[in-house]
Amino acid sequence: MSNIEITKKILTARFDVINHDSIDEYISHNGYTALKKAMATTGEKIISEVKTAGLKGRGGAGFPTGLKMESVLQAEGLPKYIICNADEGEPGNFKDRYLMEKDPHQLIEGIIICAYAANINHGYIFIRGEYINAINIMDKALEQARVNGYLGDNILDSGFNFDMEIYTGAGSYICGEEFALLVTIEGKQGRATYKPPFPTTCGLYNKPTQINNVETFCNIPHIINMGGEEFSKIGTDSSKGTKLVCLSGNIVNPGLYEVELGTSIRDIIDKLGKGVPNNRAIKMVQLGGASGPVIPENMLDIKLDSKEMSKIDLTYGSGAIIVMDDRIDILDILKRIIEFFHHESCGKCTPCREGLTQMLILLDRFIDGVATSDDLAILEILMETMNQASICGLGQAAPTATQKVLEYFREEFTSKIRSTDSNVV
Amino acid sequence: MQVKEALDKYGRTPDKLIGAMLAYQKSTLCNYLTEDDIKEFAKETKLPVSRVYSIASFYSLLSTEERGENIVQVCYDVPCYINDSVNIVNELEKILEIKMGQTTKDGLFTIEYSSCLGCCDKAPAMQIGATLYGNLTPDKISSILSTYRRKKDE
Repeated sequence: MSNIEITKKILTARFDVINHDSIDEYISHNGYTALKKAMATTGEKIISEVKTAGLKGRGGAGFPTGLKMESVLQAEGLPKYIICNADEGEPGNFKDRYLMEKDPHQLIEGIIICAYAANINHGYIFIRGEYINAINIMDKALEQARVNGYLGDNILDSGFNFDMEIYTGAGSYICGEEFALLVTIEGKQGRATYKPPFPTTCGLYNKPTQINNVETFCNIPHIINMGGEEFSKIGTDSSKGTKLVCLSGNIVNPGLYEVELGTSIRDIIDKLGKGVPNNRAIKMVQLGGASGPVIPENMLDIKLDSKEMSKIDLTYGSGAIIVMDDRIDILDILKRIIEFFHHESCGKCTPCREGLTQMLILLDRFIDGVATSDDLAILEILMETMNQASICGLGQAAPTATQKVLEYFREEFTSKIRSTDSNVV
Repeated sequence: MQVKEALDKYGRTPDKLIGAMLAYQKSTLCNYLTEDDIKEFAKETKLPVSRVYSIASFYSLLSTEERGENIVQVCYDVPCYINDSVNIVNELEKILEIKMGQTTKDGLFTIEYSSCLGCCDKAPAMQIGATLYGNLTPDKISSILSTYRRKKDE
């Protein structure tokens, strides 16, 4: 199979074909046709198409988008808000940055359609502060959309009013967590909150709020244009459409690729990434980013399919694939990952705040070769506690990579246990 | 830019505070918010000083400590790490004669670790102001830094 066959360009079809600065070029490449089509119908009909399409959120959690839209439409309380989560901070991910920088109007069109479907009049694009170029491009694109009558009052003479603004993050990974994102917009420290209630009923300023990832919104115009039925033919039974994958690490051709869901990780690494430099062996691959699981080389034939992956407790998350060759020291990589979470923990809940501190102490004991088998038992209990008792996804997912190393590369830890272990008399 | 000017531009409601603080901080020569700045933001927005300070100290793009004119943010997350970002850090420390987190004596540069810059396809990467530098090797660092030195001289 050649590259062309495993790449399926839908969301990235206009990348480097049109000039991102030009709304006219976007329009001449089928742009804003989905919005016109959507506005000729009802919100219920649009939501029904998204449900038929089977689109699931592309930010990592994979919640069905149509259900989210429906629950915002049905929620009581005005005004309602729509927020695009462009706080892409998960190490290994850069797809949202490319989507904003290379085809900003595709995202804007997707958000407007969703706003129309749930009758929402105000929206935000929450972009992380580090993405200065993306902020400038989106800002300009929003202004073009206003001038052309796609944003503002009485959009396309429909009587529907909608506008949105960019909200710039100030450097905090946890703001990608939806509640931390909401309180940041409200001008507070970005800290997570217990759920439920969910943002769909009680979000920004306690009003119904739809929050979706950049890639999720970018799928919407295509669903409307091709119809939910046709869209649902792409991908697998449990995972519909394409997925943007961010390939990085020890790889010949790192980059952003769009593949049909159901493609195997090995095909992505070998055919698109052209394998590992100098033909070195792959030791470990991390999926989704720092919060995602790691797998050994002999599991690379697994397909990007939520059902198949969940059978062995894996997810493809937001689509990052970080390839690591046989030169890496796994415990050193884990330490880097846990240091990242330790820095980014908001500090609100004990399992995450204290758990990460203790994880670093324990990891150092293994790295220094002074760990005992008790340390290993404590580490496993600690990680389970963090996973079960942390308030938000950060603390819950922070131990994932370490837990998976213990599942697939257990000897990395056991070989470091001191021989004069207190349990070995 | 004055604190008042930033708030006039962004608005005085709590949701505009972070944007105004970022814009104001950028306009200061030393890239940080002083205690007086924080008090003024609080007074102007009618928020408690503790609330404004809690924001200034929580977010990593805001600082309550004096920094250099140019913040060199070096990505240290896994994709950059396995592409030897440690060599980039060493080279920066060597050329600038400071350690990570410190500011050069002339006040021109501060080097900081950054969370993932979303440039993993061009790892290792760093960002100075709005400019992203990818596919870095230690031998490229000196000439990148000198462009900022020249800008200063001009």
